[in-house]
Amino acid sequence: MEVLVILVPLALLLGAAGLAGFLWSLKNGQYDDLEGAAWRAIADDDPVESSNG
Amino acid sequence: MQTTLDLSHYLRSVGKGLVHLDLAVDGINCAGCMAKIERSLSKIPDVVSARVNLTDRRLALEWKAGAIDPSVFVDRLEKLGYKAYPFERAGAETLEAERASSLLRRLGVAAFAAMNVMMLSVPVWSGNAGDMLPEQRDFFHWLSALIVLPAAAYSAQPFFSSAFRALRARSVNMDVPISIGITLALAMSIFETATHAEHAYFDAAIMLVAFLLAGRYLDQNMRRKTRAVAGNLAALKAETATKFVGDGEIVSVPIAAIRPGDMVLLRPGERSAVDGNVISGRSEVDQSLITGETLPKTITVGSPVYAGTLVRTGTLRVRVSAASEATLLSEISRLLENALQSRSRYLRLAERASRLYAPVVHAAALLTMVGWLIAGAGLHDSIVTAIAVLIITCPCALGLAIPAVQTVASGALFSSGVLLNSGEAIERLAAVDHVIFDKTGTLTLPELDVTNAAAIPTDVFTLAGRVALSSRHPVAAAVARAAKASAPLPGFQEEPGQGVHGLLDGLEIRLGRPSYCDAEAEANEILSHDPEASVVAFRQGSSCHVFAVRQRLRADAASVIAALRKQGLSIEIVSGDREPAVRAAAESLGICEWRAEVTPVDKIARIDELGRQGFKVLMVGDGLNDAPALAAAHASISPISATHLSQSVADAVFLGEQLLPIQAAIAISRKAMHLMRQNLWFAVVYNALAVPIAIAGLVTPLIAAAAMSGSSLLVTLNALRARIRTHGAV
Repeated sequence: MEVLVILVPLALLLGAAGLAGFLWSLKNGQYDDLEGAAWRAIADDDPVESSNG
Repeated sequence: MQTTLDLSHYLRSVGKGLVHLDLAVDGINCAGCMAKIERSLSKIPDVVSARVNLTDRRLALEWKAGAIDPSVFVDRLEKLGYKAYPFERAGAETLEAERASSLLRRLGVAAFAAMNVMMLSVPVWSGNAGDMLPEQRDFFHWLSALIVLPAAAYSAQPFFSSAFRALRARSVNMDVPISIGITLALAMSIFETATHAEHAYFDAAIMLVAFLLAGRYLDQNMRRKTRAVAGNLAALKAETATKFVGDGEIVSVPIAAIRPGDMVLLRPGERSAVDGNVISGRSEVDQSLITGETLPKTITVGSPVYAGTLVRTGTLRVRVSAASEATLLSEISRLLENALQSRSRYLRLAERASRLYAPVVHAAALLTMVGWLIAGAGLHDSIVTAIAVLIITCPCALGLAIPAVQTVASGALFSSGVLLNSGEAIERLAAVDHVIFDKTGTLTLPELDVTNAAAIPTDVFTLAGRVALSSRHPVAAAVARAAKASAPLPGFQEEPGQGVHGLLDGLEIRLGRPSYCDAEAEANEILSHDPEASVVAFRQGSSCHVFAVRQRLRADAASVIAALRKQGLSIEIVSGDREPAVRAAAESLGICEWRAEVTPVDKIARIDELGRQGFKVLMVGDGLNDAPALAAAHASISPISATHLSQSVADAVFLGEQLLPIQAAIAISRKAMHLMRQNLWFAVVYNALAVPIAIAGLVTPLIAAAAMSGSSLLVTLNALRARIRTHGAV
């Protein structure tokens, strides 16, 4: 069970990284326009290089 | 006199020499529009960013300060086929957006914590039956505590602070049992972990917080969206005023930039967007939007002008006393205050449920503890069992039951053309059993229309429509609209107060007052049938026709009223207009109960009288004179053409030229209310099943987690049924 010494911190780290990613995306305004974002993904070419943040 | 729109009021400097402008764009409804607009606008030199928000139908633009005149963007969008209006985010909308974003952040923290704790809990649950060492279990419990305690302290704050506020005001809301449940569950889990016990409830506690936050977020997001749509609609009305700058020079400015004391110009065909006093000029005005009275009134120097007044003949110079919605007739604002106070006494379904819920749950937990003590169990075991009862009854499903239905129902209402001002509007709309309609602008369309179109040859009608385009008079505008004319005839001139004349193929053509066109006999014949109509005559050489123009009933008014009756609602008309006009409308719609020339005070009196008789009244009205009645009624709806004030006090606003949205609003609300009740019953049944297990002391953390997510899922799925259209509604 010594493997826990590595696995537990790793799991916590991954969880924290996921949370940090979520908070970043929220702050970045990625949830401001969910409808538009769905369509942007399949648009032919993204006309603007910009972010809402 | 062409004036350009001055957009400088809306520009915002965002630093680094950049300027920001928000535009509400009418007509964006697909991804194609989004790409087209962004591509076209970002090609303009010096534009740094052009980004469409498809959810809110808005466009955010940023460009280098001073490089571009912002009206370029409006023109470019116009060429692409979109109407754009500058808009300013109202304070209320910013607040709602901030709250929604803060709830989403807390939800994210709680959900991530719940996921990570689950990763630790599952081995404990499966290990307890197998080969897990007690030391390992304790280690996993301490790890869970490490994750959950800070996460809960942060993400459950909305519940704690709301519960604290309620307790300080010596009342109880749903957040009180929630906060007690969370706190006790966490405290007990720490104690159990410290004493090397088998069960800890960290996972259940944080999952509860996550589910409840999901419910709160849905509720908040619905409000935010409603605010955004309302903000767009206000911008789409594009209210501008023609303001004097210096002597005789005029510019067109958005209403938000008008200050009291400014001088504005009102021309024939324009609707005033300000309150003020006439400084010079004389005109016939139509105040039907304010008083419900359809007969034009003559105003002159010194007369007050209210926002919403339509200028029919002359040009007026007005000194602004208050811009837009700042002041009103003092009587109306006093009535309104009283009416709004009485409405705030309404208790929402969720509040009523929580008043009943909290004492029952806490009594059950207390009885469990006392019961186990009497039965001979130890103090520690009795307390643990009592806390398990609190955890299992924590109103997880209850917290989702109502917001989930409201969110889905408001989406369904939105697609039927109804915008809600508040979430509780659904509950109040569902309860109504008596509908009071205002006549002018509600049962009738706000715009004038030609009523005898069938009696006029098509070619004459088309020609008259094109001639009418040369006039700004509202009656002529109605003829042009009815004839669907779009190409004005060259060389036609307007004689103010008389009509339009010109030559076509050598024949003189005139359109205007009957006396101007020598058609008084024909006009008088029409007026003898329909004394309420305005007449406009058309002479082409020797042939002559007279158009009868008046406000017309909405096309589907009769069928909607019949359908409302079928749903068991009684209908009546209460209008500020004169008796013959109201009677004619009532008779043609088959409504036998009607009142005319009713003052705002009497409208409220009528609503109060019906209220005392036990009726729940729905008021549908648009005028300033309806505003107090809209606030006093149990529920209220305004058309989108209504005055600002009426829209802001009404529970809902409906779009378009039809009355059908009203019928849909009632049908969808009733269905949603039914589902909310059903969801509450689900919660009761769930408790009836789960509580005996908890009282018996058989609840393990696994059962608590499964029961909680199961019941939440059930009520959410049930809420989705509100989207299924009710028969007869749209």
